Amino acid sequence: MNGRADAPLIWRRPTRILGCPAHISAMRSVSQTVSLPPFQAFLDAQRETVFRYLVAMIGPNDAEDVFQETFISALRAYPRLRPDSNLRAWALTIANRKAIDFVRSRNRRPLPVEEVPEVPVHDGRPSESGDVWAAARDLPASQREALLYRFAADLPYSDVAAALGTSEEAARQRVSEGIRQLRKAMA
Amino acid sequence: MRDIEKALALQPPGDSSALAERFAARAAEEGLIDIAYTVEDSPVGPLLLAGTKRGLVELGYEGEAELDSYLSRLAAKVSPRVLEAPARLDPVRRELDEYFSGKRTEFDVPLDWSLTRGFTQRVLRATAKIPYGHVSTYREMASKAGNERAVRAAGNALGANPIPIVVPCHRILRTGGSLGGYGGGLPRKEFLLRLEGALES
Repeated sequence: MNGRADAPLIWRRPTRILGCPAHISAMRSVSQTVSLPPFQAFLDAQRETVFRYLVAMIGPNDAEDVFQETFISALRAYPRLRPDSNLRAWALTIANRKAIDFVRSRNRRPLPVEEVPEVPVHDGRPSESGDVWAAARDLPASQREALLYRFAADLPYSDVAAALGTSEEAARQRVSEGIRQLRKAMA
Repeated sequence: MRDIEKALALQPPGDSSALAERFAARAAEEGLIDIAYTVEDSPVGPLLLAGTKRGLVELGYEGEAELDSYLSRLAAKVSPRVLEAPARLDPVRRELDEYFSGKRTEFDVPLDWSLTRGFTQRVLRATAKIPYGHVSTYREMASKAGNERAVRAAGNALGANPIPIVVPCHRILRTGGSLGGYGGGLPRKEFLLRLEGALES
């Protein structure tokens, strides 16, 4: 995350709708104009992706709090959101901003010398994925972002490309270069 | 390369469904839920209960398929800040329990009429005043709403009742005494009228 805070992810509008809720069609029967889905449906459709993204970005221990901040912020702004917005992109944008805020405030917080904050707490959760993502945080931002979108948010390459503002070819290259670097780092 | 990809794509530790529930409690604390809902079992099948800060806005007879369309309609017509948050509906649930066990003859929970307007709302407000165990007619409701000739419109208004049971549209019969119609289906109408002693068993 170091240095990342100054270059937040900007979502270029992806070329097709991600995570379009199934009941959009049901809503059309209610009114001719497309409306926002009930927030509960938005939450259910996006929570897993947002949580994966946050765990990958800041680790499992802090992801839970930032998850709450993300969706509270989303709920506040929700009625003003344009109904034709890309909901997954919007949710990830908020998650990304909240994670950056969190890391900034964590870095500002003075820590007592006795504390060793970066040692992962073993709480019985699978750690293999956590280790890989911890290593991914040291990658160059362009590669790390590509990995976050591809694997943490589980976006197809076409949307990774849209999110990064590159061609699909370039997105694939960044992902595979990121993986190559990770293998080296973890060998 | 596969090993690293597999590790990157592993399911996240923890469970976001528990996080989502905690989120609903926090959203309620911060006053951010415009429409809280829950689904409650009853002798006439599962009921969707939805409440705004003003009161009960919708009571829906629920088949699984209908939940989405109820919630989508509320999101479109009232507010998209719709969350599953049962606590706000506790008083409604308690009164319904008492009603179904024969211990309550009148509902005291506040109602939110946002889903209705004009003539429809006047018909439903008149319907809400018919006492437990009594019945009335479509014609009489039309007349109470200010247009005694609009019998069919009164029927439509009752069919569109967003808060059945609590606004007792089941107490409206045809002028000749036959059951007429019911949005939730005639077996439910009969059940409610028998419960109230308005129909012979």
